[in-house]
Amino acid sequence: MTTLSGAFFGVIHRDLCIAMRHRGDLLNPLFFFLIVVTLVPLGISPEPARLAAMAPGMIWISALLATLLALDNLFQADFADGSLAHLVLSPQPLWLLVLAKIIAHWLVTGLPVVLFSPLLGLMLSLPDAGFLPLILGLTLGTAVFSLLGAVGAALTVALHKGSVLLSLLVMPLYVPVLIFGTSAVQRAVDGMSYGGVMAMLAAATAFTLLIAPFAAAGALKVGING
Amino acid sequence: MFQFENFDAFIAMGGHGPYVWAAYGLSLTIMAWLALAPLRRQRALLAELRQRLQAQRQRGQS
Amino acid sequence: MWQWFHKLGSPRWFYHISGKFLPWLALVSVVLIVTGVVWGLAFAPQDARQGNSFRIIYIHVPASFLALAGYYVMAAAGAVGMIWKMKLADMVMVAAAPLGAALTFIALFTGAVWGKPTWGTYWIWDARITSMLVLLFLYIGIIALSRSFSTRETSARACAILALVGTVNIPIIYKSVDWWYTLHQPATIKMTGAPSMHPDMFKPLLVMILGFYCFYALVLLLNTRTEILLRESRTTWVKELAEPK
Repeated sequence: MTTLSGAFFGVIHRDLCIAMRHRGDLLNPLFFFLIVVTLVPLGISPEPARLAAMAPGMIWISALLATLLALDNLFQADFADGSLAHLVLSPQPLWLLVLAKIIAHWLVTGLPVVLFSPLLGLMLSLPDAGFLPLILGLTLGTAVFSLLGAVGAALTVALHKGSVLLSLLVMPLYVPVLIFGTSAVQRAVDGMSYGGVMAMLAAATAFTLLIAPFAAAGALKVGING
Repeated sequence: MFQFENFDAFIAMGGHGPYVWAAYGLSLTIMAWLALAPLRRQRALLAELRQRLQAQRQRGQS
Repeated sequence: MWQWFHKLGSPRWFYHISGKFLPWLALVSVVLIVTGVVWGLAFAPQDARQGNSFRIIYIHVPASFLALAGYYVMAAAGAVGMIWKMKLADMVMVAAAPLGAALTFIALFTGAVWGKPTWGTYWIWDARITSMLVLLFLYIGIIALSRSFSTRETSARACAILALVGTVNIPIIYKSVDWWYTLHQPATIKMTGAPSMHPDMFKPLLVMILGFYCFYALVLLLNTRTEILLRESRTTWVKELAEPK
């Protein structure tokens, strides 16, 4: 009989192994992140001042889009080969298993984005003050993106062309996080204190951490029947 | 009391006429449609049902 | 009390009861809205700074209120339908989505038209307007999701989950004026304290808000009744409606 922690870490381990074997899935969102940011100076202007003005927003938007792109990997593959049904039917609480999958997903998509964000800040002439709030904010923000995205991914897992609908469903939910995240960086760059905004972001992350696994578990049970 | 000198002034709205009337016009039109569309749908549904029942009965008789 | 609640679950009972007070609700809605429109357009004083374009407030504010409140109605109906497995609640939720989306669109459109003479631009990306746009996307997402599933029950459950998760966004929209510096008019009606509008401007606004609430209830009921007829078309009582004896 598998223990709860056994199941939890077992799912994380399994998802990470699968991700390692399909390194393309791991790297694609990251390259997407890099490419979008590279397009910005090409499409708008290479002027450092203008880039610096846009940097917080552009980095955050790219991170958001990269996460959206990667959300398909969360449940689709397991749904296609039937292992998702096994997961739903297993005796362990579904919310715990879903949380494990989300964590594994974040380690593979959100974490690389966070680690690469200083490089992107450099490329977009982000002023020095902005780097710390960027990294902190993105850590929290990408976690929320993965958590909320899981709910949308669960709802649309069985739908034909679900990924387009997924973006539509999930983006309005992302907007407050985006606003808070960029606001923190912008305030730091402007010399103001960003602690309050970061606290809001932390609160949003904590709250989402609490409800999203349950919502996603419920959504999975519904979505599988789609 | 009536805030305008005459009807023309009312329509003109001190130069803001096009904005005010566009806003009110579109909004009230949409609202009217929102209220009337389900009524029309109901009537169509019942009429369709009536036709189906009559067709059933005719087939039953013949 | 619980008996009433269980009766509420019966579409037939709901259809007949709502049919009885629907004409009155319609009458009240029309009277309130017509009164409010005429009062606001012709008899309320114009604003010192904004002139007559300010009269758009009599549509914009009630529409915004109902657009926000309507999302809660939709989410609550979804929750009731999910928890108590009440088909009627599911029908109300599905009916509330396009209604809320239309009202959000009206709020955005009137806001844009109001913005042009007042601030010189149709669109400005401030917190409140942007949040309204996000609300519209939330509604559209629910509508799109409701059309994607093959069975009604799965569709209703999925929409209920999405609506409940989206509900968290609503307080943020409502509080956005406090959290960001914005060009938008500060909220003139607070639940506590006096409104910062002149009373002669404020009274027609109250009438319109009331009228919009009644209008919302009216349209919601009408759409729910239509949905009931559609789903229950094989039952005897609906057939009797089609062909009264």
